[in-house]
Amino acid sequence: MVGIVIVSHSEALANSIVELTKMMADGACIAAAGGLEDGSFGTSYERIKQAIERVYSLDGVIILMDMGSAVMTTEMVLEEYEDERIRMVDAPIVEGAIVATVDAVNGSSMDEMLEDLSGVRSTAKFG
Amino acid sequence: MTDSKKVIEILLRIAREMEEQKDFLTELDNVIGDGDHGINMARGFAEVQRKMDTLSEQDIGAILKSVGMTLVSTVGGASGPLYGTAFLKAGMTIGAKNEIEISDFLAALNAAIEGIKTRGRSTIGEKTMLDAMIPAYEVMLLAADSGEPDCRKVLDAGVAAAEAGVEHTKTLVATKGRASYLGERSIGHQDPGATSFTAMLKVIAESF
Repeated sequence: MVGIVIVSHSEALANSIVELTKMMADGACIAAAGGLEDGSFGTSYERIKQAIERVYSLDGVIILMDMGSAVMTTEMVLEEYEDERIRMVDAPIVEGAIVATVDAVNGSSMDEMLEDLSGVRSTAKFG
Repeated sequence: MTDSKKVIEILLRIAREMEEQKDFLTELDNVIGDGDHGINMARGFAEVQRKMDTLSEQDIGAILKSVGMTLVSTVGGASGPLYGTAFLKAGMTIGAKNEIEISDFLAALNAAIEGIKTRGRSTIGEKTMLDAMIPAYEVMLLAADSGEPDCRKVLDAGVAAAEAGVEHTKTLVATKGRASYLGERSIGHQDPGATSFTAMLKVIAESF
């Protein structure tokens, strides 16, 4: 199963997004990397690495980030791994997490998930 | 001419400066950002300070790369990957040297600027640290190329250009980073990243 990592400035937000995905996709392989080690807002290089390692398999890992340092720090972690199977995706983080986890538990491949996630931004909330 | 020992000394002075500027930088960031720039820079450089003892036998490239990785790992805000990338690129450019001239410093600064542009997907005029870095680099390059033999004069010209760059950020609308959410309301406030870079360059000018 493709693993999923949620990177947010807020520990509570990252954990809650993971929690929320259980509504539709309990059993997804998903990990949160939120906030700094002392619980304050920010992005932790170490927490992102640990989260990737928790969900990593040969099926790959998809990472969703909130903004700013979450994006740039994730990018630097990926430069360290140099692993094509670990990808960061530019998508709305909550909706993206729902789509990704539903796909993952239904056995979608990394490429299928990337395709689905690319449409998340343009999915209208008002029909 | 600056050797490894001197580079470490400069980095320790920068760490002290970041600690001293902590509240000021945070204050600036409170107005147009997420209010963590001073705290983050002070935390990152406090860790750099702790690492310095273990680096005294290393070449300058290795020292700077270690500073970069330390900042990426400990800063926690956007300045972590940005300054982290800057120091990593500077270290790669300088490489296994134990002594550097002003020309090496300028080549490293140029690589740092290019690294920040790529990492932040940013350029001059977007109310970021680049608005201090790029004018400072250009002025110093011009002074060095015109044969100015006194590196202190070259660096002082850079500091003056960086300070003018910080002033100029007050007139700019932020289009990058958290400040961009404020749009026009970011006008009138100086950029915290441009301010912290200028503080660093001042320390370098005083000690190179």
